[in-house]
Amino acid sequence: MAFVLRRLAFYLVAAWVALTVNFFIPRAVPGNAVEAIMGKFPNLQPAAAKALSAMLGVGHPGSLWHQYVTYLSDVFRFNFGTDLLQYPASVTSLLGETIPWTLALVGTATVIAFLAGTVLGIIGGWRHGGWLDKTLPGLMFLQAIPYFFLALVLIELLAERIGLFPTGQGYDGGLAPGWNWSFISSAIDHSVLPAFTIVITSLAGWMLQMRNVMITTIGEDYVVAAQAKGLPSHRVVFTYAARNALLPQLQGFGLALGFVVSGAIIMEIVFSYPGIGLLLLNAVSASDFPMMQAIFLVITFAVLLANLVVDLVLVFADPRVRAKEAS
Amino acid sequence: MTTATPLTAISQTPTIAVTPKAAGQWRRLPLKAKIGAIVLGVFVLAAVIGPLVMPYDPSYSNPAPSLALHAPDSAHLLGTTQSGQDVLSQLLVGIRLTLELALSVGLVATVLSVIVGVTAAFLGGLWDDLLSLTSNVFLVIPSLPLLILLLGYLPQKGQLATIVVLSGLGWPWGARVIRAQTLAIRNRDFVAAARETGERTWRIIAFEIVPNEISLIAASFVNTVLYAIATSVALAFIGLADLNSWSLGTILYWAQSQQALQLGAWWWFVPPGIAVALIGTALVLLNTGIDELGNPRLRDAARSAMIGGHRQRPADPTPVWNQAVPAGPLTRALRPFSRSSLLDDPRGGRS
Repeated sequence: MAFVLRRLAFYLVAAWVALTVNFFIPRAVPGNAVEAIMGKFPNLQPAAAKALSAMLGVGHPGSLWHQYVTYLSDVFRFNFGTDLLQYPASVTSLLGETIPWTLALVGTATVIAFLAGTVLGIIGGWRHGGWLDKTLPGLMFLQAIPYFFLALVLIELLAERIGLFPTGQGYDGGLAPGWNWSFISSAIDHSVLPAFTIVITSLAGWMLQMRNVMITTIGEDYVVAAQAKGLPSHRVVFTYAARNALLPQLQGFGLALGFVVSGAIIMEIVFSYPGIGLLLLNAVSASDFPMMQAIFLVITFAVLLANLVVDLVLVFADPRVRAKEAS
Repeated sequence: MTTATPLTAISQTPTIAVTPKAAGQWRRLPLKAKIGAIVLGVFVLAAVIGPLVMPYDPSYSNPAPSLALHAPDSAHLLGTTQSGQDVLSQLLVGIRLTLELALSVGLVATVLSVIVGVTAAFLGGLWDDLLSLTSNVFLVIPSLPLLILLLGYLPQKGQLATIVVLSGLGWPWGARVIRAQTLAIRNRDFVAAARETGERTWRIIAFEIVPNEISLIAASFVNTVLYAIATSVALAFIGLADLNSWSLGTILYWAQSQQALQLGAWWWFVPPGIAVALIGTALVLLNTGIDELGNPRLRDAARSAMIGGHRQRPADPTPVWNQAVPAGPLTRALRPFSRSSLLDDPRGGRS
């Protein structure tokens, strides 16, 4: 329990740091953001301008401390203000529309990449020096290619030239979103290529890490002992070596989520996928500051929450964590 | 401890595993590291002499309509862009700008992580808790959204701003690894010996601790450079860069925004992407090479002996710091008197 509480406290601190950084960035940057925004959006009402200055801290509406407290209470009530780009829709409602898209696609693709990479890593570690190792330089190259570059080339080749997949968007433009088969099948059809690009670019990382930990684990005495006992290979690999090698992989999963999220942002930009990343790009190119800040917070909190879940899983999966906690 | 201390320590170390001086040491490097070093060297050379040998001014738009989106030929080795600019010249300037940025970020962030990591491990107590907490918090906060937010607010998104922002967010991982390593070696005999002889703390850090972490620091540097290249290219692609300058990222940004691929102008879009990929692969190869130097188990199976039809792997990999870097003269002198030195350092103990 102590371990869980300590981790919980850590994530609370991290969340607080993110909130505070988010609060101070617009106040630390030179220049008057409100005037810049008002210049870009001439149809804004004066009331919106007032709310904006309060949020961005321009024109000294109250002391800094007062602003900070107001800001925190707004965040806790999910009140991120009105969106500038799609005025007068609220930022929260726009976020609610886009988040499910990102979660469904990126979540599925990440789980597939994690599982496939781990299994390949187990094989690669066990058959160290075998055929799978020969593919490593190729995989490294694949991983070093900028994600958006690979995705754009694949769109051009597989979607534009051959017409195997749709070129972008989340679903067919003619369909209205709803829980009917034609919409769902169209959405699935549009998600195959984006998911595929995420899987092939992130697979190598999982595989390499698992392989390296496997190689170290296989050298351990208890694995040698299991082999010496004459246990069948698959038992030694999966119930002896891989089981322990999986723990660092799980730990890495939490930390890698930040990268996964970054990849997802770029993916959605490339594919014009109607998720949170595309929303962020549109917000950035239009200097839609309230939206940018809200998206940063949402993404950060999602990653923190996922990390907490990974930590909880580790408590159950790794007796060493429990033992440390007992002592 | 000042910023300069670890740097001078690095450059004064007699033998550095990553940049061997003698040919014999070069031969000892794993093949992967050699290939990585050579490819990287080619790009560094291109970055250094590129602006001198480039055939055209990269920003000059040739008004002749026949030169818009011209396929590669002898006059324009990599063809031209929509507005008749020479792609090869842009690429040469772009490689320089991107490498400049990545190496600066790597240097600044690595120095920061050495300072934070070593300080945390050495001071211990409250300082350690505070510094570790800070680096862990910034590790767990996703960096790309934060970078987008920061650069989105900045009025000028030039090279310097990008370097500052990327370095400011690039140090926590290295700091964490270096802290762990410093904790591991700070209680070893040679450090204890140095302390017994009355060495001052900064001298112990600069001449005993940091030189023994050199391969770790090198790996962390390479990783940071990798992160800087990938992130800066992605940020430029989103448009968060100085779009009037030529870097690999901004070339890709312009190629994409003017629909190079849809127009069939692969010579405009593919070369910068491949350049980024090659630099990245070279860095990864270099890093795996450094890793294998330190952990013999990861080395190619061909190197390990076959005994009775089974591969024998070295059971106990000698830690990096024992292999690559000989200890300082003082430690060498004191080693025979140290009780556990045989266990501590097999190489030194035997000689």
